[in-house]
Amino acid sequence: MYKNIAFLLFFACNFLYSQETLKGIVLDENNQPLFGANVFWFNTSVGTITDENGTFALKKSSETNSLIISYIGYETQRIDVTSNSISVLLKEAVTLKEVTVSKTKKSTEQSLYKVQNVQVMGQKELLKAACCNLSESFSTNPSIDVNFSDAVTGNRQIKMLGLTSPYILITEENIPSVRGASQAYGLSFVPGTWVESIQITKGAGSVINGFESISGQINYEILKPVNDIPFFLNLYASQDKRYEINTHFNNKFSDKLSSTLFLHGNTRNGKNDMNHDHFLDAPIGKQVNILNRWQYNDAENGIVSFLNVRYMNDEKQAGTLHFNPDTDKLTTNAWGSEINTEKIEISNKTGYVFPDMPYQSFGFQNSFQSHKQESYFGLNQYNIHQKSYYSNLLFNSIISNTKNKFTTGINFSYDKYEEFVAVNFSQDFSRIDNSVGAFFEYTFDNLDNFSLVAGARVDNHNRLGTFVTPRLHIRYNPWKEAVIRASAGRGKRAANIFAENQQLFASNRNFSILNSGGKLYGLNPEIAWNYGLSFIQKFKLAGKDAEIVLDYYQTDFQHQAVVDIDANPQEVRFYDLDGKSFAKSFQAEFNIELIRHLNFKTSYKYYDVQTQFQTGQLQKALQAKHRFFANLAFETHIKDKGQQWKFDVTYNWLGKQRLPNTNSNPIAYQLNDYASGFAVINAQITRTFSSTFEIYFGGENIGNFKQKNGIIQNKNPFGTYFDSSLIYGPTFGAMYYAGLRFKIK
Amino acid sequence: MKKLILIVLVSLIGISVQAQEKKSKNKAVEFKVSGNCEMCEKRIEKAAFSVKGVKSAEWHADHGDIHLIIDENKCSKEDVAKAIAAVGHDTEFIKAADSVYEKLHGCCNYERIE
Repeated sequence: MYKNIAFLLFFACNFLYSQETLKGIVLDENNQPLFGANVFWFNTSVGTITDENGTFALKKSSETNSLIISYIGYETQRIDVTSNSISVLLKEAVTLKEVTVSKTKKSTEQSLYKVQNVQVMGQKELLKAACCNLSESFSTNPSIDVNFSDAVTGNRQIKMLGLTSPYILITEENIPSVRGASQAYGLSFVPGTWVESIQITKGAGSVINGFESISGQINYEILKPVNDIPFFLNLYASQDKRYEINTHFNNKFSDKLSSTLFLHGNTRNGKNDMNHDHFLDAPIGKQVNILNRWQYNDAENGIVSFLNVRYMNDEKQAGTLHFNPDTDKLTTNAWGSEINTEKIEISNKTGYVFPDMPYQSFGFQNSFQSHKQESYFGLNQYNIHQKSYYSNLLFNSIISNTKNKFTTGINFSYDKYEEFVAVNFSQDFSRIDNSVGAFFEYTFDNLDNFSLVAGARVDNHNRLGTFVTPRLHIRYNPWKEAVIRASAGRGKRAANIFAENQQLFASNRNFSILNSGGKLYGLNPEIAWNYGLSFIQKFKLAGKDAEIVLDYYQTDFQHQAVVDIDANPQEVRFYDLDGKSFAKSFQAEFNIELIRHLNFKTSYKYYDVQTQFQTGQLQKALQAKHRFFANLAFETHIKDKGQQWKFDVTYNWLGKQRLPNTNSNPIAYQLNDYASGFAVINAQITRTFSSTFEIYFGGENIGNFKQKNGIIQNKNPFGTYFDSSLIYGPTFGAMYYAGLRFKIK
Repeated sequence: MKKLILIVLVSLIGISVQAQEKKSKNKAVEFKVSGNCEMCEKRIEKAAFSVKGVKSAEWHADHGDIHLIIDENKCSKEDVAKAIAAVGHDTEFIKAADSVYEKLHGCCNYERIE
C-alpha cells in the first residue's frame, strides 16, 4: 500500500521538474525498489545510479533517447524514452551465468575480402591432428595432400595443386624455412604445439617473400611470447611406440619483454614390422628440439621485435629388423640406413610502425641457419650441410590514402652447400649460391567489392641469372557473400635434385644426370607460370550456414628438372624438360554447419599432372587423378569449468594411381600399371576436463588399409631390383594413440 | 640592450605564431558519425576518402566514431564531415539533408537526433 502511495507521489513530483530532466524509478518484479542500478544513455558515458528508493534523475541527452538500465543479476533493459518520467521493471536474470552471444569460431577460415586465396588454419584445426609435427598438420585440410611416408625413412611429403613441396614456398613467419637441404624432412622438425596458425595461399604467392614459390605458399606462425600462457605440457604415446613430449615455459619480464622456452623431445624405440616384409615400418630414433623465443613490444613507440634461437638434433635408423649400425653400416651384412640431422638457427625480426601514421612501417628480418644432414641408405651415402643467411628489409606505406598501399624492399640470401653424393658414382657437389633482389608490391582496395595486388621483383642470382618475377591477384565480390579471385604469376627456382628426391637413395637405382650445360648439377633452372581462378559463395541452406568453394589452378612449366623413374626401373634420370609439363587441378568444396557445433566439410579434387619424359608424355606417377575428402567435426557445448567433448573424423579416398614402369623386372618384382583406389579414415576424440587439462585419443588408418609390396625385392635389398620408393598408400596398418595436454594459465 | 631584448622577444613571438600555424601532415582526428551497419561503414569511409588529404579513414559501427588521419594542409575535419553528411550520415558538426537520409537503404536508417 505504501508502495503505491510512493508511486503516486513520485509521479506527482515529476510535474515539478523541468522538461530537460528525466525522472524515473527502477523496480524489481516484486515492485521492490532497486538501489544502485545503472542508468545511462546508450552509447554515451552520461548516466547515474538509483538511490535507496530506486529513483533517479538524469538530464536528457541531445544525442539519443535510448536509455540503458542495468543491475547485476537482472536482465539489462533498453528503453526509448518519449516522456519525462518512466518506471522500469527489471526482470531477474534466469541464472547469474555470464551470457555470451557467440558463434563457434571456425577452425579454418576462408576470407571473402582478402585478395589472395588464403586459408587460415587456427589452433583448433591444428589440434585435430594431435600428432605431432608440421608435416602431419595438414591431414584435415583438403587443399594440401599429405603423401604416404616412404617405406624406409617414414618421411611424409606434402603436395599442393598436384606439385610436391619443393614447388611450395614454406616460410616461418615469412622467412623461408623449409628449403634446400631441409626440403625432405624440414616440416617434421617443427613440433605441432609450437605453431599458432598456418596460412595456406594457393597459386602464385606474394613477391615479398621471394621468387621461388610456384604452386603456393605455406606460412606458419610460432606462438608469440606476449600472449602465451606460463606453462604448457603435451604428452603423446602411440601404439607404434612413438613418444612425444612438448613443454613450453613462458615468462613475462616486464610489460614489454617476454620470452618462451619451447622444449620438444620424441623417440620411437620399438621395432615394428606389421606387414612382415623384414623391414621396419617406421624408423626408430629420437629428436631433441629447443627454441628460445624473445619478444619485445613497445606499443607506444611502435616497436615489435622477436629473437629466436633454436637447436635441433634428429637421429633416425631404418632398414631391416636385425640391422645393427655398429657392425653393418655400409656393408652388405644387412640393409640399413641412418639419417642424422643437426640444425641451428638464429633469427630476428623487428618492425617499426610510425606512431602518427599507423599505415607506414618498416620491417627488418634476418636469419642464419645451419642444416647438416649425414646419412646413408644401404651402400648409398648422402651428406649435405647448408649454411644460409637471409635478410629482408621492407617498407610499407600508402599513396595518397589507405586505398592505395604499397610494400617495397630489398632482400639478400646466401647459401653455402657442402654436398656429397656416393651412389653409382661419388661426387662432391659443394657450391655457393647467392642472390640479391628488390621488390615492389601495390595493393588497391576500393573499400567495397574490388581489390588488387600487383607485384614485381628483380633478382640477381649467381646461378639463375638476372630475372623479373611478376605476380598479380584480383578479388571481386559480384554479389552478397560471394567472391571471385584470379591470380597469375611466375616462379623460378634451383632444383636441389638430390635433397628433394632422397627417397630414391633407398633403392638400387643408378643415378644419371643427362645434361651437363646448366649451372645446377648440369641442369637449367626451373621456370613455371601459375594461373588460378576461384569462387566462394556462402549461403544459408535450410537455415544452416553453408559455403561452396570452386577453384581451378594450372601450372605450366617452361623449364623443369625432370625426375624420370619410368625409363628404366633400375635407374633414375635427371634431365631438362623437352616438351610439355603441366599440373592442372580442380577442387570443389562444400561445407555446412549441420546443427549447432556439428560441422561437415567435403571436397572433391581432380588432378591432371603430366610431364614429357624421354619415353613419352605420362601422367605423374603415384598421383591419384581423383580424390575425395570428408571431415565431420562435433563438439559439445562448453560447460562452466570448460568441460567439453570434441569428436573429429576424416575420410580420404584416393582414386587409382599410375605406378612407375617395372615391366622389365622379373615377374616377381613387377608392379601393376595402376594401383587401385582406397580409403583411409582417421578419427580423434578429445575430452576437456577443465580449461587447463584435457586428454585425447585417436586412430589413424582405422580401416587398416595396407599397401602390399611396399618394397620390391625386400628379401634381397642388395639385389638389382630393390626399390622402397614406390609408395602409393599406407604401409603401416591401423594405429592408435593417446595423449594429454596440461596448461597453467 | 632593451632593443635587443625586444628583438629577441618579437622573434620568439614570431616563432610561436608560426608553430601554431604549422599544420600537421598526419593529424589524427575523430568525431561522431551516425550509422548502423556494414553498408553504412562502406558509404561513410568512401565519402571520407573522396576528400583530398584524407589518408586513412576507419568508422566503427560499435561506438560510432570515425578515426581519420588527414593532411591539414589539404583539408579539415569539417570538410570530411561535410562530405559524409552529403551521403546521408549525420555527424557531430553537420547534419545530413532529410531528402538524402530518406533515400538510404532501410538498414541504414539510423535513429536521428532531433
